[in-house]
Amino acid sequence: MDDAGFILGSYFLTFATVALYAWRAVRSGRKVSQQVPDDEKYWL
Amino acid sequence: MTTIEPAKAEQDTAQQSALPSQRSTATRGTRTIGIVAVVALGWLVAFGLGFSPADRDQDESVRILYVHVPTIWLAYLAFVVTAVSSAMYLFSKKKSLGWDRAAGASAEIGVTFVAVTLAVGAMWGRLTWGVFWQWDARLTTTALLFVTYIGYLAVRRLGGSHEQRAKRSAVLGMIAVVEIPLVHFSVKMWRSLHQEATVANLDGDTKMDGLMLFSLFVGVIAFTLLYVWLMLHRTRSMAMEDLLEERGLDEALAVRRAEAAETATAATSAPPTATMKTGSDS
Repeated sequence: MDDAGFILGSYFLTFATVALYAWRAVRSGRKVSQQVPDDEKYWL
Repeated sequence: MTTIEPAKAEQDTAQQSALPSQRSTATRGTRTIGIVAVVALGWLVAFGLGFSPADRDQDESVRILYVHVPTIWLAYLAFVVTAVSSAMYLFSKKKSLGWDRAAGASAEIGVTFVAVTLAVGAMWGRLTWGVFWQWDARLTTTALLFVTYIGYLAVRRLGGSHEQRAKRSAVLGMIAVVEIPLVHFSVKMWRSLHQEATVANLDGDTKMDGLMLFSLFVGVIAFTLLYVWLMLHRTRSMAMEDLLEERGLDEALAVRRAEAAETATAATSAPPTATMKTGSDS
């Protein structure tokens, strides 16, 4: 595969960024969730 | 002893019920969407890097298309959702802050995906044009879109009440969305290095191999599912952050009021020594 570095790099960059953002979103949710009682969580 | 123990047990139960048992923003629904999104992303990698054929003109570098196009599609979708949610907040009678949080969460996701589009596009540009960046119409307008929504997120972080935040960011969210047609049609309006739309073009003629089109379709589906999953998690987090902020503000106000009341009580109960002294002098 020609130019494999750029092609694989573009996939890696995309998935790494998305994974990082998703991890931050879940982590911040867990952090604040511990301080809020269940009856205040509208999705439960 | 026997009277204290049930009372203590009752107190413990009351404390336990106040503590959150659900310590995340996940539900069965988000878990299902998350799993389907991960499977779809796996399919995207398989089709994008494996099954889809090389292009006649661009050869193997065409494989970048399967992540580049879905990420910008997702960013467009996210910013449109921001604009619609902003309008819903501004023009609805109820003025629910849920709309504002949806607008904010969507803009945050959109900014992340525009950043990915620009970075991945630079890599593709290096392969096809020989340079990472050109001040080309499409590239410049996309960079402008990115900067605008960074500004939108900055405006959301300015001080004030949640209602003030919602109002000012809703106005900005509705104005900023005008940039999307500017970005999309920039390749038609100006002379551009960037190729014109292959799928979402006005004449409706798709000049693409079937397997290539399917790979692109898998990418769009995968990233759209990911967007829904991220939106659910972020809006829930933001709702709790707003709640905790409100509580913190209420507690701070209560402390300040108590301090002010104490000061007022101390001032009225203290002996008026200074006045008496002044009176005796005169």
